[in-house]
Amino acid sequence: MRALRLAAVGLTALVALTACGDSSDKSDTGNSAGGSVTVFAAASLTESFTTIGKSFETANPGTTVTFNFAGSSALATQINEGAPADVFASASPKNMAAVTGAGSPTTFVKNQLVIAVAKGNPKGLAALADLTKPDLKVALCAEAVPCGAAAKTALEASAVKVTPVTLEQDVKAALSKVKLGEVDAALVYRTDAKASASDVDAIEFPESAKAINDYPIIVLKDAENPTGAQKFIDYVLSADGIKVLTEAGFQAP
Amino acid sequence: MKTARVPVPLLIPAILGLIFLILPLAGLLVRTPWATLFDRLAEPGVVEALRLSLITSTLATVVCLVLGVPLAWMLARVTFPGRRLVRALITVPLVLPPVVGGIALLLALGRRGIVGQWLDSTFGITLPFTTAGVVIAEAFVALPFLVIAVEGALRGADSRFEEAAATLGSTRWTTFTHVTLPLVAPGIAAGAVLCWARALGEFGATITFAGNYPGITQTMPLAVYQTMESGDLEGAVVLSLILLVVSVAILAGLRDRWLTTP
Repeated sequence: MRALRLAAVGLTALVALTACGDSSDKSDTGNSAGGSVTVFAAASLTESFTTIGKSFETANPGTTVTFNFAGSSALATQINEGAPADVFASASPKNMAAVTGAGSPTTFVKNQLVIAVAKGNPKGLAALADLTKPDLKVALCAEAVPCGAAAKTALEASAVKVTPVTLEQDVKAALSKVKLGEVDAALVYRTDAKASASDVDAIEFPESAKAINDYPIIVLKDAENPTGAQKFIDYVLSADGIKVLTEAGFQAP
Repeated sequence: MKTARVPVPLLIPAILGLIFLILPLAGLLVRTPWATLFDRLAEPGVVEALRLSLITSTLATVVCLVLGVPLAWMLARVTFPGRRLVRALITVPLVLPPVVGGIALLLALGRRGIVGQWLDSTFGITLPFTTAGVVIAEAFVALPFLVIAVEGALRGADSRFEEAAATLGSTRWTTFTHVTLPLVAPGIAAGAVLCWARALGEFGATITFAGNYPGITQTMPLAVYQTMESGDLEGAVVLSLILLVVSVAILAGLRDRWLTTP
């Protein structure tokens, strides 16, 4: 009896154990059915693509757009593992290239980094070099995600050595650490800081010009709805789409 | 062992259940690049993450034991108003998605949190982005497992032994240490194992509350996630396998030495 109970406990423990790395299965499966387009897009496109998606749906009645926003590297992995996606919009060509058989993507916008700080800039930061101040807590994106790669390039190009307290999995996570007041500064995209202008201030720094991110977009090889996917991309590249993007702080390519 | 025929309505779901549990593990093994397995093991980052995982989950289990056993005892042996509410509250971290738990911890113990603010201004202590923060996140999600297991053991234990001790003049504290604890020791051990396993696998609350930095807060599950995010699926599989092998080995070792009382 006791042996049985212990075996049960052991088993339960194993289950609990293997359930470990779960939580954030971001793959969204709103596919199939005529007229639905599934778009995998970089976290930094959250606000602008949501807006574009709505007006695209209005312009194309009967078509629905489903988004999956995450770090570009996570999206690339999900696509390679067979997640059902029609369109992939990445925050860097590197993550686009990681998608097998990505063909030749179109660059639709560019983005660059700013220093995001709490509203009112309580620590009085003014330049990239200020991030090395002692006692200053800085969040960066992990190198695998485009904002982290750009941060690394910018910091290396300007010979500034920052020791972050955390390496976040996408740009929104880094920004939320500033919003929560857990860090004093984070290197995020200008567009993300702008989208959260009520909570954070953005400090522009000249070195960010050395690490400008190109955003490529593509219809995926295994797209279930290639026609709808191309339509969506055309809409993003149209005057209406680019207007939404530039208003969000992106630069036209 | 001789048994009567196993009824089919029990046998089939049992086998399906077993396959359901084993299949993902098989998937992991099939995709494991065995050739590079040992090179990966030698990578300093891997050892660092594994060490951090083992240390933090063990510390979290100690924290859970110190706080959880008395809490379970209170629930099982003391009648107080609102006991049902307390019991319900204890199960909240069980149903809470760990990421939500992490946010809640930030709002309570973060630099701007209700208690964290005071910790920072009075003692200059900030918990997020520290190894202590990892232990707290793990203990938060693992504590209910221990409390529920120990409370169950206490309720199942024969209370006549405690009553006998009391009639012989033993104080409640002496009864607890000399009668109750030995009586429910197997239950506590089982709860501690569950608690440790849950802490070892903790991901959501850790990455949200404690952040992700190698050597300080990057435990194995976080390292697995980050490796997968960077597109290195093979690496992620190898790390998962290492975590799995180490934890199963430890659990099996514990079971043989300590959990199987005759």
